[in-house]
Amino acid sequence: MKRVYLIVGGVILAVAAIAFWVQDRQTSWSEADTAMLRSLWIGSLPALPPDPSNAFADNPEAAKFGQKLFFDTRFSSNGEVSCATCHLPELMFTDGLPLANGVGTTTRKTMSIVGTAYSPWLFWDGRKDSQWAQALGPMENPVEHGGTRVQYVHLIDEVYRADYETIFGTLPDFSDRTRFPNIAGPVDDSSARAAWEAMTPEDRDAVTQVYVNMGKVIAAYERLIVPGNSRFDKYVEALLSDDKEAMQSALTNDEVAGLRLFVGRAECTKCHNGPLFTNNDFHNTGVPAANGLPADDGRASGVQKVINDEFNCLSQWSDAGDTDCAELRFVTSTGEQLEAAFKPPTLRNVAETGPYMHAGQYATLAEVLQHYNHPPLAPIGHSELEPLGLTATELAQLEAFLHTLSGPLNVPPELLQAPR
Amino acid sequence: MKKQTITVIAASALTTIVVIIGFILLMPIIGPRYLHPLMMGSQPVAANLDTSTSVLSDSGLFRVSYSSDPILPPLNQIHTWTIHIETVDGKPVEQAVITVNGGMPQHGHGLPTSPEVTQDLGNGDYRVEGMKFQMPGWWEVRFNIAANGQSDNVTFNFILE
Repeated sequence: MKRVYLIVGGVILAVAAIAFWVQDRQTSWSEADTAMLRSLWIGSLPALPPDPSNAFADNPEAAKFGQKLFFDTRFSSNGEVSCATCHLPELMFTDGLPLANGVGTTTRKTMSIVGTAYSPWLFWDGRKDSQWAQALGPMENPVEHGGTRVQYVHLIDEVYRADYETIFGTLPDFSDRTRFPNIAGPVDDSSARAAWEAMTPEDRDAVTQVYVNMGKVIAAYERLIVPGNSRFDKYVEALLSDDKEAMQSALTNDEVAGLRLFVGRAECTKCHNGPLFTNNDFHNTGVPAANGLPADDGRASGVQKVINDEFNCLSQWSDAGDTDCAELRFVTSTGEQLEAAFKPPTLRNVAETGPYMHAGQYATLAEVLQHYNHPPLAPIGHSELEPLGLTATELAQLEAFLHTLSGPLNVPPELLQAPR
Repeated sequence: MKKQTITVIAASALTTIVVIIGFILLMPIIGPRYLHPLMMGSQPVAANLDTSTSVLSDSGLFRVSYSSDPILPPLNQIHTWTIHIETVDGKPVEQAVITVNGGMPQHGHGLPTSPEVTQDLGNGDYRVEGMKFQMPGWWEVRFNIAANGQSDNVTFNFILE
């Protein structure tokens, strides 16, 4: 009898030891790991950085005007496309599609605008260097909004004159249609381009100034779209205040195991670091070309575009001083590392923003993790990835962790819809 | 030996076996890396890595030091360094022609930006603009310095956390 008691007692002790050890693993982190978790925590997100290229970036009236333009489908060739067509607030300002769909279909997936005020480069290839310059790109892209800047300036004149003049002063007189045709702009369409080139340089500049101001008010609105707390952030907050109970209620054991992989063996924080889970740099991860699309050289072309962009930080349309544009002045413009390199998107709300990669090549997070675990050869250039050797269980834990990065935006509800 | 003592020893042995078998059975789930920090899989940085901010150039021509603004080089933020160059006997080196490069030796990539010396501040001080580091880990920053008809390289190491 006594022997049975001893054995049962031993087993109970063993189980208790294992249980204690498992629980400890759920809540105990090294000093270095704690520093890493703190750096990923939303509490480490600094105040909005200034945008010296946009003198109206922090003007509340500009943000209100920008919100109107963001949701207005009249700013398109067919009257059906606004910024919000692809940047849907209910989908974390993405569209759930592999390739963006405006008046036509693009060759890239819509990026979220959440937190882009913190990014020195916009788009997958960083071909724009400010939110306002970014906002103007799709407006004249033939497959996105598909319109022209003179068309848009006429709309401002007819619909938004009061909003415009409150911020920028008197709107020039654009009523003479021989000087300012209905449709004209430096776009692909040959007749619109010919009409634009027939205008005087002064008239073109008058139009472009209003067009630039449209971008600047849209940027003033977009600046306010920032991420909020997720369960991951609650976990880190609990860790930093040494509240083990709150840590355990924030994340499950599997999610914590996934987090350990994320900051450890899976090496995700090489690129997905900082409180927005992106270093906003450019990396070749060997993602295969999308079906039916040619291979995309990403940053290699993007950097040339931004250097030559008429709206970049050093342009006449920027409000920045000569010394403000450090990112552009010291940009790396050549080298193999730019070949097929793309910007790592934020992983905040990643579970809500599929499909994934620059052309929506992967439908699910499981496929994305499979890619990182067994990286293929890069279609162009050299992939920076190396096989991770993670087990199926570990991949599932990583995926579970990625779901903990979801949380509502830290944005007043009235900004998440068309203005009333 | 009493029969009872033998029973206690046997039970203890059994308990130990149960615990060991438990660990073995749990191994595929928890992975080996939690059992010892050395098995965590992070690439090691040389234990004797010289991270001083003041070093001698490769051929011993110059003593070079740097300071960063902010004091600790930040992650993902473009910022400015100041380097100070002097001869081994402590005289400031002026009008040097300096180029900058660097990278992460463990990852085989360079700096994300192309920093430049933008100003000779006098007294052997030079402003380096466009510094940026986009990953935590071991970084090298190298300067090629040409002055007084001679040229030499200097390398700084630091760990970005």
